[in-house]
Amino acid sequence: MPDNTIRNPHDPTSDDAQTDGMRRRRFLACMAWVGTGLVWTLTGGVPSSSILGQADAGTPGAGAPTPGRFSFVQISDTHIGFKGEANPDVLGTLQLAIDKINALQPAPAFLLHTGDLTHGQKPGAFDTLAEALKSVKTSQVFYVPGEHDVFADGGKEFLTRYGKGTTGNGWQSFDDHGVHFIGLVNVLNFKAAGLGSLGQEQLDWLNKDVERLSSSTPIVVFTHIPLWAVYPAWGWVTEDGEQALAMLRRFGSVTVLNGHIHQVMQKVEGHITFHTAMSTAWPQPAPGTAPSPGPMKVPAEQLHRVLGVRDVRYVQGQNPLAIVDATLA
Amino acid sequence: MKRALAILAVLVLLVLPVVGGATQEASAPQISIEHFAFGTPMLSVTVGTTVTWVNHDDDLHTVASSDGLFASPGLDTDDVFAYHFTAPGTYAYRCALHPHMTGTIIVQ
Repeated sequence: MPDNTIRNPHDPTSDDAQTDGMRRRRFLACMAWVGTGLVWTLTGGVPSSSILGQADAGTPGAGAPTPGRFSFVQISDTHIGFKGEANPDVLGTLQLAIDKINALQPAPAFLLHTGDLTHGQKPGAFDTLAEALKSVKTSQVFYVPGEHDVFADGGKEFLTRYGKGTTGNGWQSFDDHGVHFIGLVNVLNFKAAGLGSLGQEQLDWLNKDVERLSSSTPIVVFTHIPLWAVYPAWGWVTEDGEQALAMLRRFGSVTVLNGHIHQVMQKVEGHITFHTAMSTAWPQPAPGTAPSPGPMKVPAEQLHRVLGVRDVRYVQGQNPLAIVDATLA
Repeated sequence: MKRALAILAVLVLLVLPVVGGATQEASAPQISIEHFAFGTPMLSVTVGTTVTWVNHDDDLHTVASSDGLFASPGLDTDDVFAYHFTAPGTYAYRCALHPHMTGTIIVQ
């Protein structure tokens, strides 16, 4: 790993990683690659996992409906407009994801899209996505942009379409079922080093947004680029993400959801858990396993196993969130 | 020793086309974008030169000067962007989508 890597003693990808941590990360990555969904149950910030379909009846998300329970879905990196070999039909795989979402019982309260809606703002791509998402059976969709959605015009088109009700460059927060949701934008003002950044103005807004909340309020943050140092050599980190996390450390349950890296990874740091999501369009290599990031070609029959959607279930009055990453296979 | 010579031979083969390209095609140098990097990260040209970039990756890349002088649209695989340099100077640029990809054109 290059010397300029941001080191984090809790980061299993760092040199200081415990061997166990590395093993666990690899294990999780492997589980995702073979297309096995994992049910995540978080209790006091400590997750335990079971293989999708084998969750016992006591696991949130299994068994009879509970009053106050609700779920939401995260999709990411739809890259509408991409036509490369890694997936010549990104609209088709998005439709499969939508079918999967529409089959969920009970229906999700809303959808989060964690960015890269389009592939480089190709003409008509935002319209195509909007048209496709009309068929999702959910009341609302919340968006944060990826770098592909804003690089050409600094986010003008994105904000015109999705900026209503947001602050600054698309920052937003809302409450649902006692959970405080925060959407952060870290793809504007890319630093020369290639890292995502939030910027001081957004950090000030975040500070104000959370200071009124009691520490027992469950927090869900959604953003595009990982807030934690997944792999700085490929730009898979938010430069000032740590400043945002510092404001959230006092809360008993913080769940950070992001996209960008097109694969599932999890990390726990105190009461904060981090989850990167699969893309609905194409997979990327695991950090350091290829000369560079980018669309990874897999045999056609395996493609659906590395694409997917995420279903997050929450029971009001309890801390645990059950996070299920389901592939399109 | 044989091995060292072999490595040297490979290095010479790798370097030669670049040197050849720079001297023989000084009027129309081409920079290849591959594996999330600009193939010739530092290039010196004379005033009046048109530099061309070609994207050989599967992902989208751009060529955007740090001072905003030029910015390509998103370049798909095999897409080309050209810029005509009319004034001397040092022009730093990067990919707007992957800003860790950087390059410099020195115009003399």
